[in-house]
Amino acid sequence: MNSQITLNVTVNGDARRVGAGATVAGMLREIGIDPKRVAVERNLSIVPKSTLEEVPVEDGDQFEIVHFVGGG
Amino acid sequence: MSDESKDTWSVAGKTFTSRLIVGTGKYKSFEENAAAVEASGAEIVTVAVRRVNIADPNQPMLTDFIDPKKVVYLPNTAGCFTAEEAIRTLRLAREAGGWNLVKLEVLAEAKTLYPDMLETVRATELLAKEGFEVMVYCTDDPIMAKRCEDAGAVAVMPLGAPIGSGLGVQNRVTIRLIVENSKVPVLVDAGVGTASDAAIAMELGCDGVLMNTAIAEAKEPVTMARAMKLAVESGRLAYLSGRMQKRRYADPSSPLAGLI
Repeated sequence: MNSQITLNVTVNGDARRVGAGATVAGMLREIGIDPKRVAVERNLSIVPKSTLEEVPVEDGDQFEIVHFVGGG
Repeated sequence: MSDESKDTWSVAGKTFTSRLIVGTGKYKSFEENAAAVEASGAEIVTVAVRRVNIADPNQPMLTDFIDPKKVVYLPNTAGCFTAEEAIRTLRLAREAGGWNLVKLEVLAEAKTLYPDMLETVRATELLAKEGFEVMVYCTDDPIMAKRCEDAGAVAVMPLGAPIGSGLGVQNRVTIRLIVENSKVPVLVDAGVGTASDAAIAMELGCDGVLMNTAIAEAKEPVTMARAMKLAVESGRLAYLSGRMQKRRYADPSSPLAGLI
């Protein structure tokens, strides 16, 4: 894979560019998020925590990155 | 009930001593929230699932203040208006937390935040099939509560009054009927405004009470949390003790014999 190429993805509704070859965990760290503290949905499917380091980011991916906040 | 410490309740195979579940929304600060949870004695807190702020991912997090290893986090589906939205949210919650116990609420409209029971029952069934243990927010309708139970709910949580209204238990008759008809725990969820409301729910025989705004919007949330703890315990003890029969007229408490 050519690392010069960037992938266009959507993270929590915002457009983002990610270096080709990145894994989901790598993308999270680049954003500044500890992958252990969040849950990730990629194209409407859960990415299990155990696979975040392996799953590659692909062009056009839609991510939802969530965590627990106060609520009733 | 000679030994109060043995008065526990169980849901989804977990046993709890506290019958008060508190929310973690609307607090002025995480510190105040944590102090209120501590004062309430709650062993379960509800939490919402929301997007991480990508622009500022290092903001303080709820988990820094309320330790999910010490208090059970019960993820909710607040803000979901369809079964699909709720299921999507809870799949993420399960991944975030690593547990199956969740609170389902599928709302019908923003004005009343009244549950949409058709969607709620449908979602309960689907979630139960996926292995979730679902505590279900429902109307104070004995038939609908039963439908939820039949769909696989591990607890039913009828509203006392609309969410955040603080109006207290509006329909004692149907809450009592739900308690009598249910094989799963019954918790009044929503509508509690002050301590007596929580006591009433417990006197009706509920297994517990869930509240958020009544504590968070009190002038002094931490002392209100303690008031709610005591109210839930009082109501429970009164229920177990078996209240006196009501009479239409007076009945003197002092002996009539020996009157001078």
